[in-house]
Amino acid sequence: MAEFFASPNVQAALVASAIVAALSAAIGYFVVLRGLSFAGHAVTDVGLTGGAGAMLLGLDPLFGLIAFSVGAATAVGAFGPRARERDVATGLVLAFALGIGAVFLHLQTKFANAQSTLLFGSIFDLDPALLRVVAAVGVFAIAAIAAMYRPLLFASVAPEVARSAGVPVRALGFAFLIVMAIGVAETAQIVGVLISTALLVGPAETAIALVRDPLRGIVCAMAIGIGVTWLGIALAFASFDWSRGAQSWPVSFFVALLALAAYVAARAYRRVRDA
Amino acid sequence: MTAPASPGAATVAVAFANVGFRRGERRILSRLSFEIKAGEFVGIIGGNGAGKSTLLELVLGFIAPTEGTVRVFGNSPHGTRGLIGYVPQRIELDPDLPLRARDFVALGVDGARFGVPFPNAVRRALVDEALGDVDARALAERPVGRLSGGEQQRLAIAQAIVGRPKLLLLDEPLASLDLGGAAEIVTLTARVARERGMTVLLVSHDLNPLAHAMDRVLYLADGRAAIGTVDEVVNEDTLSRLYDRPVDVLRVRGRIIVVAGD
Repeated sequence: MAEFFASPNVQAALVASAIVAALSAAIGYFVVLRGLSFAGHAVTDVGLTGGAGAMLLGLDPLFGLIAFSVGAATAVGAFGPRARERDVATGLVLAFALGIGAVFLHLQTKFANAQSTLLFGSIFDLDPALLRVVAAVGVFAIAAIAAMYRPLLFASVAPEVARSAGVPVRALGFAFLIVMAIGVAETAQIVGVLISTALLVGPAETAIALVRDPLRGIVCAMAIGIGVTWLGIALAFASFDWSRGAQSWPVSFFVALLALAAYVAARAYRRVRDA
Repeated sequence: MTAPASPGAATVAVAFANVGFRRGERRILSRLSFEIKAGEFVGIIGGNGAGKSTLLELVLGFIAPTEGTVRVFGNSPHGTRGLIGYVPQRIELDPDLPLRARDFVALGVDGARFGVPFPNAVRRALVDEALGDVDARALAERPVGRLSGGEQQRLAIAQAIVGRPKLLLLDEPLASLDLGGAAEIVTLTARVARERGMTVLLVSHDLNPLAHAMDRVLYLADGRAAIGTVDEVVNEDTLSRLYDRPVDVLRVRGRIIVVAGD
């Protein structure tokens, strides 16, 4: 265990993953509340295309991820507030972007592990300079969610009443999509595109099943997010020994598994409590 | 039971002057002129498509009239933030919504303000008081999505009044309730309005549940309106003129039935 905490790679991984887990959980709470799970997942997948494009140009994938995610969120938001319109728009944007992403990945010959980095993240291999960017973006996005918290909750629960009280409901919904895009792009960079959705909606759904009021619910979701991510990292580190030092299992596998397990357990708990 | 208030000039809560509203080619309201005094309980009655919801949207400032002017307490509807409490149509909350009844009502206190709300004794007292006013104290800690339609309706009223508005607008609050539930909501609304000195505009397609509670009725048909007491408005002469065709008004066992034909 001492060996685990002594490693600078592990330390960086713990810090970065805590930031993205907390961020994802806070954003995810509103994603679930607003019925945006599909859009949240799609925005990440579109970000994958951006990440691949950025790598093709020799840039850090984070910038491509953020640019494309924000672009996708803008496109989704522009299609209007109705759930059906939004889902259709999201599906079309997603299909188009994945097509381009396939081309980018196909053209990607310089780095053999580029695809794997995008899909599974680069948690044990973080550039210290990138860690500062991650921290800055994380602080910005959490501050944005905190600032929006009350009117966003109002607009999510009772949109017409919120509007009558002077909440700019549409503009706020749009602003939230942009913050969500930035958040999932950053999460995808650290833990990979494949499980950023698990961190986005898993801890949030778990907290909603466990806690009945929103403020404590968000704090609970953040704690669950950090918990499953750190435990996932520890298990991935330990798995190095299981296979006799040949290779460790991917962090994303453990995190996704733990997030799912927490959700299933919380659902079962709620069924018993409410019975 | 007409407007209370100061001798001389009673305050005007809502004033429409020659208001018309068109959506594309379709004329929804035409040349509406009326004044509602502060403290009045007015029922807005009419069939589907008569323009009832449009009228509320004009008062809320969601839409602007294509002709004429709307004034709310002497201002344009945009300058009235905090003066209006609003209960929208069809309140159906998600069963898994992670809010207790008290959190739902608290949004009406300061939900429009930015930032995270820290626990606050003043907000809590306002919420408790509003919950008490709608007989929902016992529901305070319950998950709001799991409550019945009638209970959610009462909480929506609590959310609308908790910020101490001077004007309460309710859009079809009786639509999904049975007769007993409708009578209960009307009685409760009238009592709370009196205690808190609020003016009420309540939209309904049926005037019967409101007949005993309202001071005046604003009857809408084809975008035109007649306003007055129930006896002044709901008679064959006035309604035939409003509909521009013969209308029968039947009084059966204390209920009023308007037969407007087609």
